[in-house]
Amino acid sequence: MAFVSSGYNPDKPMEDRITDIGPRKYDEFYPEVIGKNKGKWSHHEILEPGVMVHVGESGDEVYTVRVGGARLMSTTHINEICDIADKHCDGHLRFTTRNNIEFMVDSKDKVEPLKNDLKSRKFAGGSFKFPIGGTGAGITNIVHTQGWIHCHTPASDASGTVKATMDVLFEDFQKMRMPAQLRVSMACCLNMCGAVHCSDIAILGYHRKPPMIDHEYLDKLCEIPLAISACPTAAIKPSKVKLDNGTEVKSVEIKNERCMFCGNCYTMCPSLPLADTEGDGIVLMAGGKVSNRISDPKFSKVVVAFIPNEMPRWPSMTDAITKIVNAYANGANKYERLGDWAERIGWEKFFEKCELEFTHHLIDDFRQQAYMSWRQSTQFKF
Amino acid sequence: MAKHETPLLDQLESGPWPSFVSDLKQQAEVRAKNEAGVEFQIPQDAVEDLLGVLELSFKHGRTHWKHGGIVGVFGYGGGVIGRYCDQPKLFPGVEHFHTMRVAQPCGKYYKTDYLRQLTKIWDMRGSGITNMHGATGDIILLGTTTPQIEEIFYELTHNMNQDLGGSGSNLRTPADCLGSSRCQYACYDSNALCHFLTNNYQDELHRPAFPYKFKFKFDACPNGCVASIARSDMSFIGTWRDAIKIDQDAVNKYVENDAAYPANAGAHKGKDWGPFDIEKEVVELCPTKCMKFENKTLKIDNSNCTRCMHCINTMPRALRIGDDRGCSILVGAKAPIVDGAQMGSLLVPFIEVNAENDYEAITEVIENVWDWWMEEGKNRERLGELIMRQGFQKLLEVTGIEAQPQHVAYPRTNPYIFWKEDEVTGGWERDVVEYRKHHLR
Repeated sequence: MAFVSSGYNPDKPMEDRITDIGPRKYDEFYPEVIGKNKGKWSHHEILEPGVMVHVGESGDEVYTVRVGGARLMSTTHINEICDIADKHCDGHLRFTTRNNIEFMVDSKDKVEPLKNDLKSRKFAGGSFKFPIGGTGAGITNIVHTQGWIHCHTPASDASGTVKATMDVLFEDFQKMRMPAQLRVSMACCLNMCGAVHCSDIAILGYHRKPPMIDHEYLDKLCEIPLAISACPTAAIKPSKVKLDNGTEVKSVEIKNERCMFCGNCYTMCPSLPLADTEGDGIVLMAGGKVSNRISDPKFSKVVVAFIPNEMPRWPSMTDAITKIVNAYANGANKYERLGDWAERIGWEKFFEKCELEFTHHLIDDFRQQAYMSWRQSTQFKF
Repeated sequence: MAKHETPLLDQLESGPWPSFVSDLKQQAEVRAKNEAGVEFQIPQDAVEDLLGVLELSFKHGRTHWKHGGIVGVFGYGGGVIGRYCDQPKLFPGVEHFHTMRVAQPCGKYYKTDYLRQLTKIWDMRGSGITNMHGATGDIILLGTTTPQIEEIFYELTHNMNQDLGGSGSNLRTPADCLGSSRCQYACYDSNALCHFLTNNYQDELHRPAFPYKFKFKFDACPNGCVASIARSDMSFIGTWRDAIKIDQDAVNKYVENDAAYPANAGAHKGKDWGPFDIEKEVVELCPTKCMKFENKTLKIDNSNCTRCMHCINTMPRALRIGDDRGCSILVGAKAPIVDGAQMGSLLVPFIEVNAENDYEAITEVIENVWDWWMEEGKNRERLGELIMRQGFQKLLEVTGIEAQPQHVAYPRTNPYIFWKEDEVTGGWERDVVEYRKHHLR
């Protein structure tokens, strides 16, 4: 493994240095039909799940085949995507915000060969490489975070929970039988580097044990005032601790009953780890949306306070998700998002229809906004 | 023969959805065989060890990655995230396994020659594992060693005309929907605005000078495909001020259930919902009840329309967005850390999106907001939290925007108004002696 220089000279880092050039310009990458019709599109139609046509005012058409996939992706896989795009799409493709891949062709006769090619490709383990779907009133790909593959703060895995969930929901990725689109998102800790708090169904990794305190190293690794100020409930205060060997060190003390396990202290101080096999698991939230269509955007609500991490396939979690999806699919009106359905029938009915248990954990007690969620009416259903 | 046994991960290879485990395994094999003769600059078995450490996490139910150390490229404060394994003896191939964020092109369109160039660099100088894409929008290169970071940066900038993205307390890589490039709902060119602002604010993106992270996201219409209203400190959502354009003939095609005019552009084809009913599916679902369908004519009272997109989405061949287009700016959205989640709040109901003057109306709002936040924001305080702490009025004051009823869902329910002295006739200095002449103690 001999070192191969790129041309960079570490002794003269500023020599020929290029900075602040930003991303490549978008229109270098547009397929020809896109560049030509940009800003002049007339309408579109979803021809079948995963296949769309957009029609320009010029009469030009672009056919898009959308496929799902894991956002965790190898270069081998990317090169295969490139092979497909070279073969069918003049070397163009795009990714969607929800980690789908879109292959575009400029005439209808190119669609079937593309679809057949995509359908024929499978991984050695048997799963599809490029399942077609993810459009319209169905369930599209899950946006998610890193999890155990690459992050230091997760309370669950991301790629694993997503694979388990999408296997269970796969039929609805390739169908459009839902009352409206249903967006599932996953964040493996409360930091939500992928924000999930406005999703129809949100899978959230959560800790349930207060941090352990690594007294011996805390003052060496952390700025104590930053760790203290990181706590939103003021549960952390400075302290002096005598180690077993008799030396006194500066550290912190934690009021465990004030901790709501957000992990913000651990972000600031590596000597306050929270991760725990039994303590960590999944919170399910439901009923959020970001679109302004019909009703306002809204936050997801916690509907299952805790599900243990059950590796490798999280069956209790996928069961609960399946129950929510089916109750919604059977109960909601056409165009009605999951949260709008729950509000129309009432959350008390939501728990009944979804066969989910309501526990005291689901009543908000965090700060003043909690009050807004309590029932201030005699209008409720038995 | 795999380096590590992975009995738990192996169970994620079955099932129809693309298996990341199968993909990691194929990558491990490609690296082991090295038929392309790559001169690997990080351990050849890095992906084997990545599978190994992930399997250990599946066994323990806990992560095995440590806090990031300070790594980066010279002169930048973001774009690289240090990552170290907490079991380096067991998995030496991923002992140092840093992340690099590469700024994605707006709209996430690619040409294969670009992607192939990128994978070639990443195969040689990194693990070959990526995220396409990270949650913020960047291309994520997952796993390389410290000495390779400058080399990769050099190759990206010199050979690919490509820069890194943001991380840390700076402007994060802005992200957009595909906008007018392929969508008739787009009220502005989100690719162009996103690209302009990304380049205009390269300094803010690469050199952290902010109290905390700051995100721009661009949704070209109120459907909100990139969720800007929920997850960006400044959300730019396309809108229009004039009338929805109606093609009455096309409306009647929908009403007649013409096969070429499927409701909602065909999104409900997977279930038989019965014939399309314009009354039930459009008129009655309009949130402001500003539409009527009488004598084969659809009428919209545009002055009462809130541009929710429902009727346009449902009959895209009949209804089009108006022509007086621009965007709304909403501010302060964030995920729950620390004080709870916030949705974006409307700051500018309508602003022009004008490329010809370098979007000067928009940059003025941005820079006023930044000046205030950089001056007043506490360490790790997001814009939304500063607005909560100092008040929405303060935000209006620093941006010079006049209060309008559009700013609120409803007016305040308490009279605890912080009147300013200059708003009250005579000011606050008073003479208690004079007062007592008329009001005995």
